[in-house]
Amino acid sequence: MFGYYLDLALRSLRRNKALTVLMVLAIALGIGASMTTLTVLHVLSGDPLPGRSDTLYYPQIDPRDDSGQMPGEEPPEQVTLIDGLNLLHAKRADRQALMTGGYVPVQSDSAVVDPFYVEARFTTADFFPMFGAPFRYGRGWNAFDDETRARDVVINGELNGRLFGGADSVGRTLRIADTRFRIVGVLDDWAPNPHFYDLNTGSFGRTEQVFVPLQTAMGLKLERHGSNDCWGKGAGGVGRIYPGESCVWLQFWVQLDSAAKVAAYEQFLVHYSQEQKALGRFVRPPNVRLRNVMQWLAHEKVVPDDVRLQTGLAFGFLLVCLVNTIGLMLAKFMRRAADLGVRRALGASKRSLFAQLLVESGVVGIVGGVGGLLLAGLGLWAVRQRPSSYAALAHLDGSMLLVTFALALGSTLVAGMLPAWRACQVPPALQLKSN
Amino acid sequence: MQIKPILAAMRHHKAGTVLIALQIALTLAIVCNALFIIQQRIERMARPSGVDETNLFVIRSDWADKSDPQRIDAQMRADLIALRQLGSVQDAAPINSFPLLGSGWDNFIKLQPDQVKMTTDSAIFFSDEHALATLGTRLIAGRNFTASEAGAQQPRDAMHAAQVIISKDLAHRLYPDGSALGKTIYVTMGRTPSTVIGITDTLQAHMTGSWAGPYAYNAVLVPAQLLNDYTYYLVRARPGQLDAAMRDAPKALFAQSRMRIIDHKDGVMTFAQVRQRAYGPDRGMAILMAIISAVLLAITAAGIVGLTSFWVGQRRKQIGVRRALGATRRDILNYFLTENLLIGIGGVMVGAVLAIGINVWMVSQFEMARLSLAYVAAGVVALLVLGQGAVLAPALRASHVSPVEATRSV
Repeated sequence: MFGYYLDLALRSLRRNKALTVLMVLAIALGIGASMTTLTVLHVLSGDPLPGRSDTLYYPQIDPRDDSGQMPGEEPPEQVTLIDGLNLLHAKRADRQALMTGGYVPVQSDSAVVDPFYVEARFTTADFFPMFGAPFRYGRGWNAFDDETRARDVVINGELNGRLFGGADSVGRTLRIADTRFRIVGVLDDWAPNPHFYDLNTGSFGRTEQVFVPLQTAMGLKLERHGSNDCWGKGAGGVGRIYPGESCVWLQFWVQLDSAAKVAAYEQFLVHYSQEQKALGRFVRPPNVRLRNVMQWLAHEKVVPDDVRLQTGLAFGFLLVCLVNTIGLMLAKFMRRAADLGVRRALGASKRSLFAQLLVESGVVGIVGGVGGLLLAGLGLWAVRQRPSSYAALAHLDGSMLLVTFALALGSTLVAGMLPAWRACQVPPALQLKSN
Repeated sequence: MQIKPILAAMRHHKAGTVLIALQIALTLAIVCNALFIIQQRIERMARPSGVDETNLFVIRSDWADKSDPQRIDAQMRADLIALRQLGSVQDAAPINSFPLLGSGWDNFIKLQPDQVKMTTDSAIFFSDEHALATLGTRLIAGRNFTASEAGAQQPRDAMHAAQVIISKDLAHRLYPDGSALGKTIYVTMGRTPSTVIGITDTLQAHMTGSWAGPYAYNAVLVPAQLLNDYTYYLVRARPGQLDAAMRDAPKALFAQSRMRIIDHKDGVMTFAQVRQRAYGPDRGMAILMAIISAVLLAITAAGIVGLTSFWVGQRRKQIGVRRALGATRRDILNYFLTENLLIGIGGVMVGAVLAIGINVWMVSQFEMARLSLAYVAAGVVALLVLGQGAVLAPALRASHVSPVEATRSV
């Protein structure tokens, strides 16, 4: 029966070629546009560290005075150096790391290559195990190296390829700003997106090539890269010398493996604030936040407004395309009321009529859906050509491919079901009589 | 024209009528908002920067060695002399950031040293007495810096800002009565006063984000070159010699010293590139909105043509009967035009409400202005005209149905 219905459907579709093309094109454009934008939204609002992100927390405390130079109810988005080191040394979490961004000139020891600038991260030992950064060779440094300001460095695979041809470079020397560092580890490809641990240096498509112990970097006054906010007497300023005591400019992350530990850590932050107030460093009553990765990303609104706007628009567009197809299908089926009436009178059940019509609308939907998938591929290719920071990430992955198929099938069934059902309601006798 | 029989006929194809009205409504709602967004983005992109964009370019020079501030200072002065001596170059100035760059230095500006809250926020440009001539920005009051006022400082030094030149918009924000020249203001985030010695014509800040909307034209020029790990050089080419100057300038800099890094990709940028970079996302959004609107209108028009064609085909016999009973071709044409107009009016009424509803929702979700009713009105007219245009061909075909059709059985 299906073969017969398919044959009928194809004949019917061929009879009104322009109309068929219009319906297919409308569905394809609607699905193409919505899948393109939805994929971009999906990529941008994704989890940077699946499986880990729900145990990683970003503590915020409020060291501001009452000068009002940094207004707002929320505590600052970063920490001061003193607080960062205090929290780091308190070791109240399962793991903790203090960090900031950097921008440093590097050169291999042979010095045949001119120095070039790369993005760096100045951080502490737990950074690698806490964020699960995978090593190709060697390993990270340890807490003792942090305190002794060891000249150890971890580089990423890209820099290792550029300077050492991808060979195991552990133990070799890298010159950073004319200072010799010993390479202790080489990372595998690793670039969490969004760049959750420091959103100040760009939210997407960012990755550091060099990781240096924070206190080593500060001792050498390596160039910092990021944002700083100051209040009171702390003047603004980025560059050769680090921001002052009343400036927040570092990120502090902790790993807390259970809900009880999260509650305890929040309590600890309150106590810490009270203690600092008693010491006269803090002025305000304790004002703390403890958000995990996804909460932090939502709070920081990392998904650009334009992307959300485009997604909404594309789905509106799809809706219009569907309404258009429903209207046209309905008109088409109603036009055939006489045929259908004859079939009914000859004994066909409503159900088989419905099946016949559904096959016809299904053909339109499937062709439209495949077209939509091709258009989505084209749309994502166009997104990748754009200069935005997330351009390179716009790829259709398995789950989005599935969503596309579901969307195509679902929207066609909706677009086909309604007209088919409506057309089946035709009473057979009436149709035979009228002509 | 009789409307009653049209309404009676519509009742026979309710679903189709509702669907086409719904499609018109949704199209109107989306297109109105899309056009409004396009207009806002175009307005943003058309904002003047206040600088001589056609002849201006910038070079970013990163110092390759960790040299001390004195050496950087001397190097920058030597670089600038070399740049200014080039035949293709009209003038050059050091600067830490510039209009439309996106990143830079902004400070709270206060009128009193003890003020707790800021009066406004402003971009801080560290440069020298050549800044205005290089930017091509006119002074509208006061005087330029003198060579002896121009100094040098590191980022965390006390700001070398005893004398400052401020932009027209900042002057107006601080002293709306127009008396800013010669006044004392506080631009250092501290208690050190600065005297306003000059006011420039329009000059845009480096901030391009939507948060900076109120401060987009606030700029303070400080007479000090900033000794940082890198610097920008603004270079103004002689008219028509931009290409030559862009070739000559990096060579001249490398001839001064090779201990610098000028990125091969964006180390040297024309101001046109700076502008394109700053407004790229806005342009992309506007283009996307325009494409979607055009396709949407085309699909809706095609939908109306398709649906009306079906209705005409379905009613050939009735049309024949009406023609046989004395209806003119014009009567038949008017019938279909009126029917479509009624559906269209129903659609645009719903659509107008929907358009405003979507805008209200967007205002609550995104940083966006209220939709002006003019857009809704324009959209309503456009969709009604589009609808009537789309229905014209099928309606004409209907009017050509011969009265003989009445006598045919099928």
